[in-house]
Formats: sequence, C-alpha cells, structure tokens
Amino acid sequence: MALEKAATAAQSIQDARENPSPWMIVWIALKNHKGALVGAGVFTFIVLVVLIGPFIYTVDPILTDSSALSQGISWNHPLGTDNLGRDMLARMLSGGRIALAVGFAAMLLSLFVGTAIGVIAGYYKRLDGPLMRLTDLFLALPLLPLLLVIIMLFRETLRSAFGPEMGIFFLIVFVIGITSWMQTARIVRGETLALKEREFVLAATSMGTSGWHIITSHILPNILSPIMVSATLGIANAIITESTLSFLGLGFPPDFPTWGRLLFDGASQIGTEGSTARVIWPGLAISLTVLSVNYIGDALRDAIDPRVRNK
Amino acid sequence: MRRFKTIVLLTFAVVFLHSCSLDFSSKHLKLLYWQAPSMLNPFLSSGTKDMEAASIVIEPLARYDANANRIPILATKIPTIENGGIPEDRRSITWHLREDVVWSDGTPLTAHDVVFSWQYCTHEEAGCTAKDSFRDVEQVVAVNDHTVRIDFVKPNPFPFGPFVGSICPVLQAEQFKDCLGLRAQECTRENFYPIGTGPYIVDRFRANDTVVYRANPRYREEDKPFFRKVVIKGGGDAPSAARAVLQTGEFDYAWNLQIEPEVLSSMRESGKGEVVTAFGSQVERIMVNQTNNDASLDSDTRSVFMDGNNPHPFLSDLSVRRALSLAIDRQVLVDIGYGIAGEPTCNVISLPEQYVSKINDDCKIQDIEEANRILDEAGWVRGTDGIRAKDGVRLSLLYQTSTNSVRQGTQSLIKDMWQQIGVETELRNIDAAVFFGSDAGSPDTLQKFYADVQMYTNSFEGNDPSNYVEGWQCENVPGPHNQWVGVNISRGCSEEYDMLLETLSETFDPAQRIVIIKQLNDMVVQNYWEIPLIHRARVSAKSNSLKGFELNGWDSELWNIADWYREE
Amino acid sequence: MLKYLSKRLLFAIPTLIVISFVLFALLDLAPNDPTGNLPQTIPPEVREEIRESLGLNKPFHIRYFKWMQQFFINEPLNLIEEVTGLEIGDSESRLRVRSWLTRSPVVDLIIERLPQTLWVVGLSYIVGIMIALPIGVISAYKQYSWFDQIGTFISMVGFSVPTFFTGLVMILIFSVGLSWLPSIYDTTHVVRDLPSLWFQIKQMAMPVTVLAFYNAAQLSRFMRASVLENLNLDYVRTARAKGLHDRAILLKHILRNSMLPVVTMIALGVPTIFTGAIITEQVFRVNGIGQLLITGIQSADIPLVQSLSFLFAVLIVLFNLLADVIYGILDPRIRYE
Repeated sequence: MALEKAATAAQSIQDARENPSPWMIVWIALKNHKGALVGAGVFTFIVLVVLIGPFIYTVDPILTDSSALSQGISWNHPLGTDNLGRDMLARMLSGGRIALAVGFAAMLLSLFVGTAIGVIAGYYKRLDGPLMRLTDLFLALPLLPLLLVIIMLFRETLRSAFGPEMGIFFLIVFVIGITSWMQTARIVRGETLALKEREFVLAATSMGTSGWHIITSHILPNILSPIMVSATLGIANAIITESTLSFLGLGFPPDFPTWGRLLFDGASQIGTEGSTARVIWPGLAISLTVLSVNYIGDALRDAIDPRVRNK
Repeated sequence: MRRFKTIVLLTFAVVFLHSCSLDFSSKHLKLLYWQAPSMLNPFLSSGTKDMEAASIVIEPLARYDANANRIPILATKIPTIENGGIPEDRRSITWHLREDVVWSDGTPLTAHDVVFSWQYCTHEEAGCTAKDSFRDVEQVVAVNDHTVRIDFVKPNPFPFGPFVGSICPVLQAEQFKDCLGLRAQECTRENFYPIGTGPYIVDRFRANDTVVYRANPRYREEDKPFFRKVVIKGGGDAPSAARAVLQTGEFDYAWNLQIEPEVLSSMRESGKGEVVTAFGSQVERIMVNQTNNDASLDSDTRSVFMDGNNPHPFLSDLSVRRALSLAIDRQVLVDIGYGIAGEPTCNVISLPEQYVSKINDDCKIQDIEEANRILDEAGWVRGTDGIRAKDGVRLSLLYQTSTNSVRQGTQSLIKDMWQQIGVETELRNIDAAVFFGSDAGSPDTLQKFYADVQMYTNSFEGNDPSNYVEGWQCENVPGPHNQWVGVNISRGCSEEYDMLLETLSETFDPAQRIVIIKQLNDMVVQNYWEIPLIHRARVSAKSNSLKGFELNGWDSELWNIADWYREE
Repeated sequence: MLKYLSKRLLFAIPTLIVISFVLFALLDLAPNDPTGNLPQTIPPEVREEIRESLGLNKPFHIRYFKWMQQFFINEPLNLIEEVTGLEIGDSESRLRVRSWLTRSPVVDLIIERLPQTLWVVGLSYIVGIMIALPIGVISAYKQYSWFDQIGTFISMVGFSVPTFFTGLVMILIFSVGLSWLPSIYDTTHVVRDLPSLWFQIKQMAMPVTVLAFYNAAQLSRFMRASVLENLNLDYVRTARAKGLHDRAILLKHILRNSMLPVVTMIALGVPTIFTGAIITEQVFRVNGIGQLLITGIQSADIPLVQSLSFLFAVLIVLFNLLADVIYGILDPRIRYE
C-alpha cells in the first residue's frame, strides 16, 4: 500500500514536470493563440446568451401571432417574426439551448464510449483485437444513411417513452454519440499503449495494483489532453450533425425550434420578404458556434503536440 | 501538380466529347415536378407524380375536364342511358372506341387493348394501384374491334370507374403481353417506355430524375402537339420549384406547390409567371377519434371500435366535438397556410357544386364564446391551469398529422385557438410515408389512429362521391379484425347513416341520389366525426408565355397538354 | 506485403457481411411503407396487394438471403455478361435487385446516376485538393504569418460552416439576387459546343465551389500540420546545416515526406465522392447518388437503400485498405507483418 502511494506520488511529480495539468494546457493554448482567445470569447458569449437570454427576454418561442406575420426588425421583435408570427429572437435563443445541449450531451456520450473502448483495448491485450475490429466496423458504416434510418426507426418509440421533446433529444444525442466515438477510441488506445510501457505504470502493475485502479488513477489523468481535443471536435461535429438532420427535415419536430430547423424553415421561404434574415441568423449562429469551438480545438492541438509547437 | 493539370484538361476534353444536347428553343416545354417520376406505368406507380407523367403518353377512354365533366378521349362519346351506352338495369356500360386512333408504333387501338388492360390490372399478383376502379366488374368484353362492354356483378349507379381518368388508362396489349402478374415487376423497359396514344412519346427516361418526351407524329389531331420536346425534371422541394418558374424563369410549369401563400405571392412579384389554382374534391379535415386510444391499452383494444364498447373518454361527448369545431377560425388558417390555394369549408364534400350542402356554413365564423358556453353547460369546468375537466377527465388532446410545414403551422394555430376554450393540445407529426402508409405493423399510420385527433386531406376519385360516402359505414371501421384496412378512420358509426346508405344503393334517380348524398355529408359533419377545415385547391405555377393551359382539379394536371403552346 | 493484404481482405469479408446484416435488419424494422405516397383514394386492400407483390410479406431471413443471392451472385454475373458479352447460365430468369419505387434493377439506377455525382463531387474533390495543398504548405512554412492567419481563418470557416448554409447563401446571391447561375442542375444537359459547355460550367459552378471549399478547408489544415511536423525534424536541420536553400529543402524534402499522410487522407476521402454529398446534391438539385439515396429513404425503397448503403460500406473498406497500401508503398519505413 505504502509503496503504491509512493509510486503515485512519484508519478504526480513526474506529471507536473512533463505533463502540465489539462487546465494549464488550455490556458497556455489560449494565451498563445489569438484566434482561440477570440473563439473562446465568442463561445462563452453564445453560451451565456443562450443560457441567460430566455430569463431576460421572456417571449414564448412557439406563440403564434397572426397580427404580426413575417415582420422585419422592430422594437417588439428584435429579430423580426417568422411566417406564423413567432418571435425570431425567442426562437433563436431556445434553438440555441437545444443545439448546445445536443452538442454537449452527444460529445460526452461519444467521449465516454470512445475513451472506454480505447482504454480497454489499449490496456487489455486480449480485448484489443475484437474492440479494434468493432471500431473498424463502425468506421466502415455509411453514417448519414444509417443516421436517417435509425431516426426513422426509433423516433416514435422514444417519443412515447420520454415525451415528444425529450424523446427526440435522447434519440439524436444517442445517434450522434454512437456514430462518432471511433476517432476518440483510436487516439485513446494509442496513448494508452504508450503509457502502459512507462515506468510508473509498470511499477504499479508489478506491485499488483488492479487494472481498474491503474486505469482510473494513472492512465486516464494522463490522456486528458487528447480527450479534450476530441471533446471540442465532438461538440462541433454534434452541432453540425444535428442541424444537418433538422435541415433534411428529420431532426426535431417543427414546433420545436432548433437552429437547424429554423434554417430549414427559412430556406423553404427563400425569396420572400424577410426570409433572408430567417436564413442568415440561424445559419450564422451555427457557423459561429462551430467556428469558435474549432478554433479552441485547434489551439489545444497545437499546445499538446510538441511537434507543431512554435519553432 | 502536372498530373492534376492533365486531369483537369482531360476533364474538359471529356465534357467536349459528349454528343447531342437539348437546346432551349421555344419548341421545348420544361416542366418541373419536385417529386420526380419513378416510372411511367400508372398501374404500378407509387404516387400521383407517376400518373401525371404517364398521362402525357397513355390515355383513358374518358377524362374529367376542369369543370368535372366527363369528356371522351379514346371513346367516341360518353355512354349514357339516352344514347344506349348504359342499359336501364345499369349492369353494364358500352364504350365505342375512336377508329382513327393508332398507337405511337403505328398499330391501331382496338377493343382487345382495353380488355387486356383490365386483365393486366386485376391479375392476382400484379399489385395494381387502379384495382379499386374495377370493383364490381364481372368482365370486360370486346364486342367487336372498336366496341367494349364492361359487365358489373350488380346494378351500378356509377359505372365510370374503369378507364375513366388518368388513374386507369389503356395499355397496349402487344407491348405488355408478357408482363402479367408477377412478371409486371420485371418489365423495366415497358414500364419506363410505354407505347401510348397521347400527344408525346417517351424519348428518354431517367428514373427519379428526368423524363424527355418528343412529339408523337401519329397523334390523332392534326398540327398537334405544338412542342417538339417536353422535359419533366424532378427533385428538390416545392418552394424551389416555384422559384424556378416564377422568379428565375428556368421552367414553364411547376406542379403541386403547397407552400406558404406569402412565399408564393412574393415570388409572383417577379412577373415571370403566374400561380394557377383549381379546386377539386380535396378537403383538409380533422378526424375526431370516437374510440379510446389510451397508450396503456393493448393493441386489441387501443383505438378499436369494439361495437361502440370502447368510447373515447371525452370526445364521445358531442358538445366537446362541437366546441372544438366552433373554436377554429378557418379563415385565419386559410390566410396563413393556404392563401388562394384554399377556402374555408364546413363540408366533407365541397365540390362538385350540386353535391354541396349549404346548411352547415355557420361554422365558417369562429365563436369562442359559444364554444365556451357549450362546454360550461356540459359540465366541463376550468381548472387552476385553465384546462377544463370533468370527473377527473381533462380535456387534453394529442393532435397528429403528417410532417409538412403548412400542416405544422395549422396545428400550432389550432392549438392556440383550442387553448382559448380550455383545451390542452399536444402536437405530433409523423413522416408522411409512415402516416399515409398502411403498414399494419406500424403504430403511426392514420388507420391505427393512436391519437385523439388527426388532420389530413381526403378526396374522392372522379366527380361522383358515391363510393366516398360509403366510407363512413360501421363495417368500414379499421381494426385488428380486418388488419386495419378500412376507411372509416374516425370510427364514427350510426345505424341511421348505414340505413340511409342502404337507401342510396337502391336509388338510381340522379336528382334523388344527390339529395341523399348531401344528407350523408350533413350527418358526418353534424356528428363532428370529422371537422372539415379547408377546401383545398391544386396550385401550380406557369410561365407567362405558356398558353392553352387550364388547370384541372379532377384529373391529371397535364390532361390537355396537347393544346399547350407558347406565345412569345 | 501480400500476406498482410490477404489477411486484411479476409477480415474485410466478415466485416462487410455483418454490415450488410445490420443494415438489412435496421431497414426492415423501420416503420416505413412503400405505398405511403399513393393518393389517399387508393383503398387499404389495394395497398396490401401492392405490398404483397413487392414481396414485403415474406419472412425476414428469406428476404435477406434473397437479397444476398441477388446482390453477390446475380448482379456480378450480369455485370460480367455485360462487359464480356458472354452468356453465363440462364441470364433471362436470373433475379435482380429491384427498386420498389421504379421496379427497375438497382444497379442500373446507380450506373445512371454515377456520372452526375462523379462530375460534381469528383471535380470538387480535385479542385479542393489543388487549392488545399499549396495553401497548407505555405501556411506551415510561414507559420503565424498573415498568410497563415488568413488561410487558417478561411479554412476554419470552410469546415465550420455547414454546406447547406453556404449553398443557400450562394443561391441567394447568384441565383435569386444576381440571377447569374441556374439554381437547378440539369442532368440531361449534354455538352457539344462552346455555349453548352459554358452552360455546363455555369450549372456546376455553385455545387462544385461549395464542396471544393469544404474539402479544401479540411485538407489544407491537414497538409499544414503535416508540413509543420516535418519542419522540426532532424533531416531538415541537417539539410539546413549543409547550407541548402530553404526553398530547395521545402520542395525537395519536406514536401515529399509530408505528402505521405496527405495522400492517405485523400484516398480515405474518395468514398465520399460516391456517397455523394447528400446535402449539396439536395440543395442544388443535382440528382446524383446522394439524391437517389434520399428518395429511397423517403419512399421506403428498402432494396435501393440497402444496396446503396452497402456499396458505400464496401467503398469505405476498400479505400481504407488502399490507403494503408499506398502508405506502405510510399514510406519504406513501414513494414507489414
């Protein structure tokens, strides 16, 4: 026991020297990368607006007002209204909440699955083969058709189980998560394989520490950085996938605004008065969010990859 | 890098080497169908788009014109009792074929082709979409080369099902003789390139994409058709199809533009084309479920009629149904969702004019106060949340329809209106292919009706609603006993209705039949089994230079394409 | 190498069979109905008969094995016959995979759609590569210069903005606003002279630009990273120490080495040419493979969707393998066990 503690201590000292803590990396990355700094600012801004906005701007996003159809920008409706007289700002805010919620939840799911599979495959040699074959299999699946089919398939079941909104939410999060974990798994497996050969892991193993313990206290903390890069990619990917599904009319139901859905609705009315704005706002929101997240991810990657660090 | 250059050069070289092209002269007609035709055999088609695309080539004995009158096409005249085409006992109908009609391969059209078409469609394994047109047909006989008699198993007051309208045309026997039954599936060439009698011949067929036709030199009317080539382009969605005709002027005609009226009207301002509408029998309505559809019930009970022993907890109350109808402002629904493509209606039969009942028209005026009063009177009391309830039953509805932006708009408007009378509504939309499909295994079809109310458009074939009113018979209620086939979707059932229907089947006097059909319509509407909302029109767009066009709400929109011409 | 290849190929077969089964099972469960688009006036009994005629009511395993037989035996035989002109066995009565929507063989439909997809998506892929490579190299070589910053920003925008949004914006500007370019792709248009070539270029301009931009964005980032990685390696330092010119080092050594992973990446992306940019095809009405798939999904055309998605899976597996092989050939350091 004491020995094991010593090993842990030694490892953490070594960590501090070689591997700065993940939050340090984030900070260093952002500090050195102007684009990422702006990206982080924009992303925080969007998250805050979407989270706090609906408490300040309390208009109901699904309230139809037949006296104010397709209006432009005005005091009553800062972003105008759609063709049913629903307030665009309110719809953008609630759409943003859903888009971000989907983004985070799907990212977490995909990270969880990817990390679990990657670590297990990397650590237990016996399972490496089958798990990597499984990963290959998932990589070979044609994703978009599969997504569409799965959504058609389970939509109603989940809807009746969790209600129309939560049902679709779970479904979309699940579907995106389950089809995007493969890259994370590959990266994590690679890192785990490398870590396994390091002294402190070897030491812990030779002392008979259980596999589970080694994974949770030695391996996971040391692969946080690549996981964080995956996380940013995951959010970006999830937001785009959700909006793509909604754009094809297969995502959230029409009375449930998300940015993708708003864009889809706006696109079908291109050419009418005020419709340009109804296309531009949600499109811009999706693009900006994804762009800022990608910038953060880019900076993170630069920071943890010594090979591409500044000359 | 050099390799890339070579590739690019090669690319352009190949583009150059392609031969023969369509030039866009005034001799070419370009039609846009946002649902692309999948095949040109209407008997195997998977949707209206196929029947429309086929109607350019293959024709029926008679069609409906824009005013719902029957006009002879391959026949010399419309059979009547007066001209001897229909006997007094109404057990048969005799058609005389025009003798000047030849198929586009030069062979003459004969009665044999008509008989063959009947055999083709009614073959057991064919899976023919027009099979219902042949119901009660005992046999089709070629009396001579140009005379055909259709015998019915019982007196038929409406003998114009077979071979009338684009759904049931005449195929060439010679071409399809090896395509009977299951073989029909394998006749790709025949299904893509049917030989017809129409003004144009199929030149090139690309499934789910494009059809190119060329003028038929053997067409029976001289100097017609006026275009050398017709192209149907498919794919995309209704709004962009409208844009291509009205704004960019890339196409001459776009089919079926069910889109928001303001979108259409603002596109019209570009001045390149016009929006045309034609009313037919289509009525958008809300079906009110008369059976208990509680999700906790098993599949043998949920939404099953059970001879009236499984009533809906609150929709079985007439006053609730009435209040729901009164609370709807149909004009607002039209203004926002339909524009010129719809009119408020209070009847399930809203055309032809002679069948339209006038006594229900007060529904066109929304009356929230009256609706509230009726509910108060019936003992439905508002709770603290504003939702009415009685004996622990809350007026909370599940309202389903197919996914479609106009329908979702209508849904949320009606939800709002019902909110005002203390009725809570949960909205739900189902993919159209599932909702209108009749897969008995799926819980989401309109036949299963696992919801309290549902909304869609229904209509009838041809200009006579006789078959349509039979729909509300008790025996037509769908359920597990008949694998959920059956057209009495709302599960409204009354002895009175069935008895009146019995009378109808024994009445042959046209004027009297009209009176009875009107009464039947009134019973459906006044029982609020169905709440009619909007009489829908077909909407299409055409370019300004296209002339001779007349939109038809009763047949294929391309019914008179032989008369279309361009005026620069 | 050969041993490795055959081992990988052997692995690919069970993978593909599992995929085909998963796809079939999923599609079979999907609550969609091929008669769903028929007019309301068609009564349910007739719909039932139509489904019967499509073979929908047969048990699952029979349909699956039938599809397997048609897809893996009959269709390849047909292709061989068509190419060689030989007649093998009873080709008349050989059952083919038929689409429910068109009742025509699925393979014919796909062959008919290939040209459009290859033209638009393939061309955009090539254009994308041609833009991406120089930008990636220069960005890396002048890391953090203004060129790099702008290049980075544009490529970030490129893969952050969804293609349907870029597509819509382009239609808004060039078709609706300026009416320079057609918003609908004409698949029957055939080029034979200069004006028709001009038209072809015009109608391909928007979809190709949108897709090329998207592809270029991803690839240029990858190229940049790959060059950066090489810049810090020992051999570059050695070359510099030897007094070689920077440009010479870049073009002769770095470029060659950093192209390795990029070529693999390009190979891996080839299947997407065929899966057809579903979204882009939808936005610009290019009726290619992607649009075929979407129509199939919407109208519950199971044989079509099954065959198409399976073909995609085959392509992905094949090009993954190919990418590995290319890597092995280009990089002598890699040895296959």
